[in-house]
Amino acid sequence: MANIESALHDLGYLDTLAAKDTTIHRLDPRVKVLTAVVFALCVVSFDKYVIAAMLPFALFLSLIMGLGDIPAHFVLKKLVLVSPFALLLGMFNPFLDQQTLLYLGPMPISGGWLSFVSILLRFCLTVGAMLTLIATTGFNGVCMALEKMGVPKIFAVQLLVLYRYIFVLMAEGQRMYRARTLRSFQGRGAEMKTFAHLIGTLLLRTLDRAERIHLAMLCRGFDGTIHIRRVPRLTARDILLFTLSNVILISMRRYDCSLLLGQWLTGLVQ
Amino acid sequence: MSHHIVEVQDLTYTYPDGTGAVRGISFRIHHGESVAVVGANGAGKSTLLLHLNGYLTPQSGTVRIGDFPLTKATLRDIRRTVGMVFQDPDDQLFMPTVYEDVAFGPLNLGLPQDEVAQRVQNALARVGVEHLKERPPYKLSGGEKRAVSIATVLAMSPDILVMDEPSSNLDPRSRRTLIELLAGFQHTKIIATHDLDLVLDLCPRTIVIREGRIMADGPTRAIFENDQLLAESHLEKPLRLQACPVCCRHPVDEAP
Repeated sequence: MANIESALHDLGYLDTLAAKDTTIHRLDPRVKVLTAVVFALCVVSFDKYVIAAMLPFALFLSLIMGLGDIPAHFVLKKLVLVSPFALLLGMFNPFLDQQTLLYLGPMPISGGWLSFVSILLRFCLTVGAMLTLIATTGFNGVCMALEKMGVPKIFAVQLLVLYRYIFVLMAEGQRMYRARTLRSFQGRGAEMKTFAHLIGTLLLRTLDRAERIHLAMLCRGFDGTIHIRRVPRLTARDILLFTLSNVILISMRRYDCSLLLGQWLTGLVQ
Repeated sequence: MSHHIVEVQDLTYTYPDGTGAVRGISFRIHHGESVAVVGANGAGKSTLLLHLNGYLTPQSGTVRIGDFPLTKATLRDIRRTVGMVFQDPDDQLFMPTVYEDVAFGPLNLGLPQDEVAQRVQNALARVGVEHLKERPPYKLSGGEKRAVSIATVLAMSPDILVMDEPSSNLDPRSRRTLIELLAGFQHTKIIATHDLDLVLDLCPRTIVIREGRIMADGPTRAIFENDQLLAESHLEKPLRLQACPVCCRHPVDEAP
């Protein structure tokens, strides 16, 4: 269960990162959520063979991470952890699409390989952007921003409570798993069947806890609406940085900066 | 706000599976009294407490809090009068930050923002955890969680405090801090606990429950001297009242 423990630790670490105080952290959560959405939309809307034109986005993301003081190795580790999903999605492309699209020196590169790399790049950029968003805003900040931007309150509250109790749930599961491990020997007691019981018990405990939490809410006058804290008003600085970053993002989507840079450099050499 | 009397009469409650948890309990607790409810595991303490803030409605018998009988119509007033502190702080602290958790009750009462802020401030200051305001509850230690749980209830300005095992899972120092804190409260207090030494410190009156019935109701000191009663109720004389195991001398009589 070492991986559950480390997952729990990493979630907590995201919160530690979110508690920092940098230019990026001080921005209004709404600005960051919207910018992250625009970023993701720009990246996924590229044509399927595009690679070079996406690279400026990587630069943009690294810049934000740098300003937000987010350690790159943390984000990279998370990316590797979830990358199997993207690998699975793209791994058949090189076999299915063997038409040669370009030559890297003498080596022919097929469209399949290009789109495979493109999928991986998109994946790294979007997941990296979301991680950076949470690491600079905090999960609660993101939920508050969503609520403020018109997402139905019930979803925002669901997310908040989910985040609050994921730690309790994981700690409980971890304790049960540990208890089982300490009393199983040579694989006996560690079969799938006991695992099913474990999960079942965890579900029952969760239901019990849900009931107790509801009771605690009722005792304090809960009437169906949860009042979550308001995010502060937007400042001129927020609006300025929002406009600036989105202009940059959209122009990076519109114009192939890598190509332009390449042409300029070759022009310079000639 | 004159008399915060808690009056329970012939209360019975049977769970859907047929377990008779409370079988005819009556008592009357006066304004400002501090009463301990003690008894074995499964004696019916928690079920009794759940009636005091209207989570369970009496199947027969009545519960009166202050001037109101407990009915659906008075539920809101009763929940406002009776503050309940749960045994597991993780059940009680469900909001993302300590501040929001303490503000939860006052906001539900419909108080204006600045009044809410004031109340949160006062409640946190009262239990001495102002510095935890922005922290998420899952990052607090056991003692801090307990203190914040109490603050969440204090912020509602209840007249009556009901607590389930307030000293469980606390280290001795946190337990002592808690006892001192509770001793400073003017509220009517009803405390269900197995910590009889805490009872000795806080509650002049004790109600002993066994199998859903009241075995004894009276001055704490007299009840704790009754060895037979304690044994029958799965209890044990508090350490402080027992003979010293080293010198075999009985403790000097001190007022409880």
